[in-house]
Amino acid sequence: MSQIITPNGFPLDNSGRRIAIDPVTRIEGHLRIEVNVDANNVIRNAVSVGTMWRGLEPILKGRDPRDAWAFVQRICGVCTGVHALASVRAVEDALGMTIPKNANTIRNIMHLTLFAHDHLVHFYHLHALDWVDIVSALSASPKATSELAQSISSWPNSSPGYFSDVQKKVKQMVGSGQLGPFRNGYWGHPAYKLPPEANLMAVAHYIEALNFQREIVKIQAVFGGKNPHPMWLVGGVPSAINVHGAGATGAINIERLNLVADIAERTLAFISQVYIPDLLAIASYYKDWFKLGDGLASRNLLSYGEFPTLANDDSNRSLMIPRGAILNGDLTQLHEVDLRDPNQIHEFVEHSWYSYPDEKAGLHPWEGKTDMTFRLGPKTRGGKDGERIEAFDEEDKYSYIKAPRWKGHAMEVGPLARMVIAYASGEKRVKELVDDTLKKLDLPLTALFSTMGRTAARGLEGLWAAEKLKEEIALLQADIKAGNTATANTEKWEPKTWPAEAKGVGYGEAPRGALGHWIRIKGGKIDNYQCVVPTTWNASPRDSAGNIGPYEASLLGVPMDDPKKPLEILRVIHSFDPCLACATHVIGPDGGLLTEAKIL
Amino acid sequence: MSHRDTFYDVISQRGVSRRDFLRFCTITATMLGLGPKGMATVAHAMETKPRIPVLWLHGLECTCCSESFLRSGHPMASEIITSMISLDYDDTIMAAAGDQAEEIVHDIIRDYRGEYILAIEGNIPLANDGMACIVAGRPFRHQFDEAAKHAKAIIAWGTCASSGCVQAARPNPTKATPVHKLVSHVPVINVPGCPPIAEVMTGVLSYILTYDRLPELDNQLRPKMFYSQRVHDKCYRRAHFDAGQFVESWDDEGARQGWCLYKMGCRGPTTYNACASMGWNEGTSFPIKSGHGCIGCSEEGYFDRGPFYERLPDMEQWGIESNADKIAVAGAAVLGGAIAVQTGATLMKRLITGKRLKDGDAPAAKEPENTGNQK
Repeated sequence: MSQIITPNGFPLDNSGRRIAIDPVTRIEGHLRIEVNVDANNVIRNAVSVGTMWRGLEPILKGRDPRDAWAFVQRICGVCTGVHALASVRAVEDALGMTIPKNANTIRNIMHLTLFAHDHLVHFYHLHALDWVDIVSALSASPKATSELAQSISSWPNSSPGYFSDVQKKVKQMVGSGQLGPFRNGYWGHPAYKLPPEANLMAVAHYIEALNFQREIVKIQAVFGGKNPHPMWLVGGVPSAINVHGAGATGAINIERLNLVADIAERTLAFISQVYIPDLLAIASYYKDWFKLGDGLASRNLLSYGEFPTLANDDSNRSLMIPRGAILNGDLTQLHEVDLRDPNQIHEFVEHSWYSYPDEKAGLHPWEGKTDMTFRLGPKTRGGKDGERIEAFDEEDKYSYIKAPRWKGHAMEVGPLARMVIAYASGEKRVKELVDDTLKKLDLPLTALFSTMGRTAARGLEGLWAAEKLKEEIALLQADIKAGNTATANTEKWEPKTWPAEAKGVGYGEAPRGALGHWIRIKGGKIDNYQCVVPTTWNASPRDSAGNIGPYEASLLGVPMDDPKKPLEILRVIHSFDPCLACATHVIGPDGGLLTEAKIL
Repeated sequence: MSHRDTFYDVISQRGVSRRDFLRFCTITATMLGLGPKGMATVAHAMETKPRIPVLWLHGLECTCCSESFLRSGHPMASEIITSMISLDYDDTIMAAAGDQAEEIVHDIIRDYRGEYILAIEGNIPLANDGMACIVAGRPFRHQFDEAAKHAKAIIAWGTCASSGCVQAARPNPTKATPVHKLVSHVPVINVPGCPPIAEVMTGVLSYILTYDRLPELDNQLRPKMFYSQRVHDKCYRRAHFDAGQFVESWDDEGARQGWCLYKMGCRGPTTYNACASMGWNEGTSFPIKSGHGCIGCSEEGYFDRGPFYERLPDMEQWGIESNADKIAVAGAAVLGGAIAVQTGATLMKRLITGKRLKDGDAPAAKEPENTGNQK
């Protein structure tokens, strides 16, 4: 390859200088990005390499399906709980179990809590340093910073003295020479555009958000005992309700409900008074990034839908965030998505370190097959005799991530996909949030299809989730008041009540996007278990037709100031919120035999 | 590097008052259970010791340990990161990426040889020449070996790094291997749990910084202060166990009364952790309090000791005065895995003197024969 156009319409040119970013940091897991830049340092080819693999599915084979949630929950500790939720849904679907209304509400509360938490932490701790120059904050006037903060929000921590104290902290760190996690950052890079006051304000909120985020997840601890990795239950939720009688302190009681309601209130306050104003302030200085990093966003978007308002009903009349697909940027048509349809979702492995008997064909997850086959293509540079790999060969296999496709199309998933699909479906609150934000920034709807658009959509969804969280807690209270206290359905708990063979799907939306678990149960044990996760969609390598995925597409055309300092690449990739442990755990039931690779 | 700021230097230059500093020391001392004189010990340590560099590397893992660490309430993660240690490398939160990130690992190893703490989250895959986890174009094993060789001590965060966890469950396809099986000459502290409790993580770190020594370890290299009693021993539902009051089915009357979850498969009786006493998320709850049994996530091989909802076979009543070491003798025989035995005293001595060990002072390098948690 030198210059080609992919079937999904992206020009690729790998003739220019090749650079690699490995590790990509401030993500979950291990990811490598390689790009070729032209003479003007504009990215003309991009290669997304998932560099870890844990092989969880063969471990699940033969286990009790009721235990599966605990195994797959350990796929990811950042979006903790999403895999457990998809798993209990898959098992319930397979075995025909229903759950009580309160269990549905409590699951929604757990999951909305995660959305609020995860989006906040992503913005401040995984993404902000792409936009915020810590060192520049040193030269800010605390008084001017205070004025800026008070002009955009009523958040009380905004006095000149407060910002002066934060600045002292930063000065001390920089002055000591021990910068800790800020060591070797890209400080002073010309792509940083915020004035010193905005930088100082953002640094202050970085620390505040770090201290506050631990509060949010206490909601998960109430219902699930701990966070990360709370407890779940097939058939309902483990937490019983007792608000009236003796022994109430051993169950969900009025004190627990008050705690949850209080945290939800403070979470909404923090997101609406700190996160959203900061997001708008930062975005207003980076309007050029509403034009960069589109990739597949303006074309193909996918959501499996989430937050059922009706227990045991995953149709769009029940889901708060709708299920559907948008193709070729046509927002007037929402295509129906069916996770069971053998002709819709397929995974390809021609460029992944797995092998199929027919590598040109894709397989539906229920038929998923994943024999691990690690090999380096002939055009790999480095990697011999213990030396490091300088460049992978994207014409051969180059990633532990498979290439999932919906009806053959590479799709973007995540907050942007969800918000756009909800917007296109006429969801009232989502429409208000999006329109209001675009108006404030004086941008058209198409500006969403970009790096900053993804970041903005995530923030708006965080606010949306915090609002819904309060509503769901109120709903739980109302149902308890009405005398409904059931939290688990044990009718089909015992394996003797199960059919000899069954298969099911657990749908869901993780903070990072569409998540599906496919299970087959035989003789009371797991016979096959497959997950297709958000980052598999977004970080996908090429498929057998040569279509590129969202990460690779979004980097094309992005100009770099200095290819040695990959700040621009981090901005684009972080806008997707990568989660590699999720994406690269995948292996099928036949994957136990490993191909021995001798490359070192 | 001619002058390295101490914790007190850092916070006093930030405008933190002497009074606030001493209050912080009191809280820390209380948390560590140091008694009335503890505050002065902590204050002295904070005033005189430089911030110790920490490299926090990630192998095969899910990042739940990092997430848990960020949940710590006392001390808060922000305080630890900005004041107590110099967290120079942690891929989850660090600003630098790619070459700039790699450079930090090399620089810390070069500039702080034998002085930095290596924190490992996740474990090391040995199958396929280690290529199931590639960092900076090389197997993670290489980065791990280089950083481990010159560390003052290694903290193995979580059950992955301590004993294997989920990817090491049968059939352990990547041959995921815990830290202590790959290290010699450097003390290893296992801090198991999936994840470990946040304040256990920050407690272990602040203990090392405060006393300049490792905590006393049991024969599975776990700090005795947090891991020597069973969840069952400190469980607030223990009285119901003794009274024979059990949850028999999910959401039954017993569940609504908060009775014992033993019959629902609770692993509290065989799990050595501080969940029942310290609680999770600043004491908000712990699994049993939420109505679900303990799944034993800090125990070696816990994923191969299922199904989780099958109750434990009739237990001998060991009594709460029994400690983990006594019980673990039986446990080790069952597991059949090689458990490295290093005495806490040797490790402490080494940390205090800051000297590197000679060959023979520690268990010899081991290439693990077993592939994880298989019996």
